[in-house]
Amino acid sequence: MPADQPADQPAPTQAEISALIDGNLHLEGPMLPILHAVQAAFGHIPAAALGLIATALNLTRAEVHGVVSFYHDFREAPAGRHVLKLCRAEACQAVGANALAQDVLARLGVDWHGTTVDGAVTVEPVYCLGLCACGPALSLDGRAVGRVDAARLQDVLRGVGV
Amino acid sequence: MKVYVPMDSAAKALGADAVAEAVVAEAARRGMTLEVIRNGTRGMIWLEPLVEVDTGAGRQAYGPVAPGDVPALLDGTLPGLGRVEDIAFFARQTRLTFARCGVTDPLSLDDYAAHGGLAGLRRALGMTGAQIVAEVTDSGLRGRGGAGFPTGIKWNTVLGAVADQKYIVCNADEGDSGTFADRMLMEGDPFTLIEGMVIAGLGVGASRGYVYLRSEYPDAISVMNAAVQIARGAGVLGPDVLGSGRAFDMEIRVGAGAYVCGEETALLNSLEGKRGVVRAKPPLPALEGFLGKPTVVNNVISLATVPVIFEKGAAFYAGFGLGRSRGTVTLQIAGNVARGGLFETAFGMSLGELVLDVAGGTASGRAVKAVQVGGPLGAYMPPATFDTALGYEDLDAAGGLIGHAGVVVFDDTADMLGLARFAMEFCAVESCGKCTPCRIGAVRGVETIDRIARGDAEAISLLTDLCETMKDGSLCALGGFTPYPVMSALTHFPKDFARRKEAAE
Ligand SMILES: Cc1cc2nc3c(=O)[nH]c(=O)nc-3n(C[C@H](O)[C@H](O)[C@H](O)COP(=O)(O)O)c2cc1C
Ligand code: SF4
Ligand code: FES
Repeated sequence: MPADQPADQPAPTQAEISALIDGNLHLEGPMLPILHAVQAAFGHIPAAALGLIATALNLTRAEVHGVVSFYHDFREAPAGRHVLKLCRAEACQAVGANALAQDVLARLGVDWHGTTVDGAVTVEPVYCLGLCACGPALSLDGRAVGRVDAARLQDVLRGVGV
Repeated sequence: MKVYVPMDSAAKALGADAVAEAVVAEAARRGMTLEVIRNGTRGMIWLEPLVEVDTGAGRQAYGPVAPGDVPALLDGTLPGLGRVEDIAFFARQTRLTFARCGVTDPLSLDDYAAHGGLAGLRRALGMTGAQIVAEVTDSGLRGRGGAGFPTGIKWNTVLGAVADQKYIVCNADEGDSGTFADRMLMEGDPFTLIEGMVIAGLGVGASRGYVYLRSEYPDAISVMNAAVQIARGAGVLGPDVLGSGRAFDMEIRVGAGAYVCGEETALLNSLEGKRGVVRAKPPLPALEGFLGKPTVVNNVISLATVPVIFEKGAAFYAGFGLGRSRGTVTLQIAGNVARGGLFETAFGMSLGELVLDVAGGTASGRAVKAVQVGGPLGAYMPPATFDTALGYEDLDAAGGLIGHAGVVVFDDTADMLGLARFAMEFCAVESCGKCTPCRIGAVRGVETIDRIARGDAEAISLLTDLCETMKDGSLCALGGFTPYPVMSALTHFPKDFARRKEAAE
């Protein structure tokens, strides 16, 4: 599942993590499905999961960490309550994505990958959402918004309490 | 009465869900019985949400529709666009791969079959593997994912490999800016991709398949997952494909936000659960691919085009196109453009006709400055190159590449130095880290372009040298092709690189 549902659940137990691992072990190449399941459940990949995954897949903890750190999607700590992804790629730049991003970052008082002080929203760059014919584009908690203008941006920011 | 409201994510991003809800609510308020069908998109994104109403006398199109337009829509008083098929942008297309997209309910297998679906698979079931591969070879189909490698030759290598297990892997990582054909197809006509993968499996002797789908496409993920279940339930997938006694089954796998995983060997590593690092070739994936077994890796559009080739015949498909670019190309028109969307046409249309005529020039109404063709690794083409025909060889001769056929339009306010810098920055962020010219070179590239921006003209020759090194010393096209956007920007738009030294220097 897409790994952009933020979550603020209590710390996961070993049994909960192991259940997610076991549920995917029958797959060919189970690593990414396991990591997605863990992140979907807990909003990040807790350090406690690395050792459990390593044991289940007969790898070292360092190898698992190497995989987790390679991919942009996986977080080592939970995001804010909402995740706002702004497209920075060329087609969106052609219709003002750079100015839009500057505006959003300034209004939220964060830099890329930053979370607002109240923990409401994390802003991430994304390089194309497949909405290139209706940019500038963004997604809020996985829901896409196209042709973002001042009015649409206002709606989106209201959705995260700004 | 039937009302079609697209569920494509671009339509949804422009408010299609609210329109669908308004239609249901307004019909209930009036006590009207109507059926709302969530179709895929017809691909005319500037008209989305594009609603079609069928009162029995053909589908009438309206768009863009806002929720407030719905009462007039149901009254029949909303000014319309006529039949979709008569809208100029649509009428001049040749829709083969996308014939059903936007027409049918994406998750209705009956609708799919009623519009020609499964005819190709039924025909393929009567053929040997070698005959299937020969049909694809004869169609002239080349990989639509970027490199343009002949699909039949790739399949033939896998067919000839001896192994206890072979795989079909669909590359649905579509990371290029300006491209959305894979997404549209998977959301709008998912059974076409499934059917194409089954035919590929029968052709090369592979009983299992995977779609590696990027996480940035949550809607496509859920539609594909649902379609696989439906296809399995109906016996299109499983141990006995359509009662033939032959087996093929498949799964959807989700990527994790790494552009380089679109490169086929990095994709295979990722699918296996490793870091998405590019593998050296040889061995070819066709011989040692997923889990070391012979594997066909093909793009979504390549595989989704296979059913129509089998339905209509290789000669029919090969009858379209230009030179060695056979069939249709699914052009994706994006960026600052009046009419953005998907345009499927035979290879051979000129770039200028596409941008100025079909797409209507820029959305801003200003002059076109540059068009980036082929994604973030593609060249920036100035209007002087607009007579270039859209075909693999023609674009190559003009210093460009067609890639996944994304066409991104920029008006005269575009800053080409900024875009060249962005290309280097993107390469630095997304590099898999295996080769130095790509990993370090891209970082140096950003610094060098910043020097040029500060007025240091000597840094231009340094940038040129760096691009040469990246081109020659990179293992894959991420590092190897980043010089295309950078050098094309520098060559065609030298004024944007001739900055005056700032007083602060
Ligand atoms: C950095 C990089 C990214 C790529 N991204 C994609 C992609 O997103 N989708 C795709 O189909 N091919 C992509 N390719 C091309 C694939 O490596 C491969 O050529 C293609 O999947 C083969 O399928 P085809 O023959 O059907 O085109 C990429 C290549 C490189 C070097
Ligand atoms: S060119 Fe870059 S992305 Fe490609 S293999 Fe080398 S380091 Fe990896
Ligand atoms: S470039 Fe922004 S959605 Fe594709």
